[in-house]
Amino acid sequence: MAVSVPLAVDVEDMSFRYPGNDVVAFSHFNLQIPKGGRFGLFGPNGAGKTTLMSLMTGLLTPAEGSIKILGQDAQSKSVRKLFGFVPQDFSFYHELSPVENLHFFGAWAGLSKIKIRQRADELLEILGLTDVRDKPVNKFSGGMKRRVNLAIGVIHEPGLLFLDEPTVGVDVQTRHAIINYLMNINEAGTTLVYTSHQLSEAEGLCQQVALMETGKICAQGDLDILFKEHNSASLEELFLDLTGKDYRD
Amino acid sequence: MQKLWATIIKDIKILLRDGVGLLLMFVMPIILVIVVTNIQNSTFQAVNKNRLPLLVCNRDTGESSKQLIEAIDKLGLLKVSLLSKNATRAQIGDAMKDKDAQLAILIPASFSANTKAKAKNASNKALKSFGLQGDSVKNVVIKAESLTLYFNPVIQESLRFSVQGALQSALQLVESRQTLRTLYFAINEKQLSASLENEMLSNQTRLNAVPVLKDGSRAVPNASQHNVPAWTIFAMFFVIMSLSGSVVREKVNGSFIRLKTLPTNYMVGLLSKQITYLVVTLVQAAVIFSIGIWLFPIIGIPALNLPSDLTALFFVTLVTGWCAVTYSIAVGVFAQTQEQANGFGAVSIVILSAVGGLMVPSFAMQGAIKTTSALSPLHWSLEAYYDLFLRGGNLSDVVANIIPLLVITLILQLVIFLGLKRKNLI
Repeated sequence: MAVSVPLAVDVEDMSFRYPGNDVVAFSHFNLQIPKGGRFGLFGPNGAGKTTLMSLMTGLLTPAEGSIKILGQDAQSKSVRKLFGFVPQDFSFYHELSPVENLHFFGAWAGLSKIKIRQRADELLEILGLTDVRDKPVNKFSGGMKRRVNLAIGVIHEPGLLFLDEPTVGVDVQTRHAIINYLMNINEAGTTLVYTSHQLSEAEGLCQQVALMETGKICAQGDLDILFKEHNSASLEELFLDLTGKDYRD
Repeated sequence: MQKLWATIIKDIKILLRDGVGLLLMFVMPIILVIVVTNIQNSTFQAVNKNRLPLLVCNRDTGESSKQLIEAIDKLGLLKVSLLSKNATRAQIGDAMKDKDAQLAILIPASFSANTKAKAKNASNKALKSFGLQGDSVKNVVIKAESLTLYFNPVIQESLRFSVQGALQSALQLVESRQTLRTLYFAINEKQLSASLENEMLSNQTRLNAVPVLKDGSRAVPNASQHNVPAWTIFAMFFVIMSLSGSVVREKVNGSFIRLKTLPTNYMVGLLSKQITYLVVTLVQAAVIFSIGIWLFPIIGIPALNLPSDLTALFFVTLVTGWCAVTYSIAVGVFAQTQEQANGFGAVSIVILSAVGGLMVPSFAMQGAIKTTSALSPLHWSLEAYYDLFLRGGNLSDVVANIIPLLVITLILQLVIFLGLKRKNLI
């Protein structure tokens, strides 16, 4: 008797095309991401990672099929309390301080004032932003802004966290701090769905991966098994083996 | 409610940290209202109190030209300065530049002779119509040489027409006097006494100018009553420079994307912006009105008198502010960049102001432009303010102007909603 694994993300027979664009971004696409793991989505530029992330977070609506997030329709309003999103861009108010940003986004996430205060203090401490908690973010370095971006995404302690290149452009120390934090929240039960071009970093973080190419999955599974199947020593080698060495943009 | 409050706090903090935005919303309109009112007040005083300079080149040596100059001086509108009688047209032009005079008049050498001849003709005709024998001299057709009025092309047409009208009445007086004297002499064979002449020529019915106010008072409007409401509206609509940019920034820097993934509708964000900036427009109006009331008299500009119906004033200001905020958000929703929002925003407000009658009164507009003015929300705001500030109206008087303003606002709200929906932002 097959044991059904609880899913964090269940994309079923999904099709999508950008309005006014003849090219179909996804056609009858399927993807299952188990709950509790650390899942990496990789592929060259134009593979459809960010589009898929936008579909999973409800920013885009599929034309056909369904996307379920922790058992709920990705388009429903109630599902938004369940997941967090850390976009690649710095998606916050640069005129405000980290604590002001956390208070605002915490309120929009539906947290109480007390909970916001508690979570803000906690996150600023963990991510090393306590000393600059009241300074406007527009004075911050790229690494500090990345940490603010991450803190906002997890203010409401989501069960599932989508991360779109969360460490791009940061120094080694910040990358280390961010990855450490992500490992910790994953241990505490948060499912991570992560995209990045930093394949060495991803190799250390992800347990399972899906390699994408023009809206299709060309390989998916546990990293160790994929390495064995494709006789690859690293994720980068596997990536190049499956997606080729030609430029994509 | 907590979400809305948190959003309002966020918007206020961002607004207070936007120094340039605050400058554009408060300092610039204040400077504008002071400068424009001061200039208009000076113009008013120049025309009504200080007299416009008029250069006179009198080539005539007779009596009539002297009487004409005297009559012009007595009008009270023009300050006469005499030029050399031999001045050429070029020299008159130079003198206008040197003496900073916008107007000059050239009286031809034949003026007195022509006036006398015309009077003689008229007198003869009159005597004949009475059945009396006129002068034996035959009536001749007099080809009178015109007086020439030189004017600086920059002078407003309306002002030039006023001056022309005044000069014509002075000329009429001189010609009438001459005709009267000639006729009197022909009948009585003696000179008309100065007292009788003055009585006959000056005994005119006076024309009193009385402003028509709805509250029955007779307060004469001044430059402040005209300008402060108009430029307050302009200032309120100028929140577009800060607000539309704020909407675009939110879209461009990705905050929208994150907000869309949170369990709160973006309409909360728009409601917050409307409340925050509506308060800003009310503060703007309060500051500008306060300056009109208390600062203007100190710097020599007539004080602004608030309307008697303060509830109506608040209501008009509230609806105007809401319309200004709604228009700004609509521009922000459709603009792709901050440059687009600022450029379109500023130019569109200037156009809407011009069409709406802030720069040239709507009643002076003709044809299509006059019809177009009804599409400008600034027109309805201005009419409502004028009802209160100039015509002494109350709340019931402004309703007719408030309804179109509310309709425009609601249409813009719908446009915002559809725009956000089309862009998949709500």
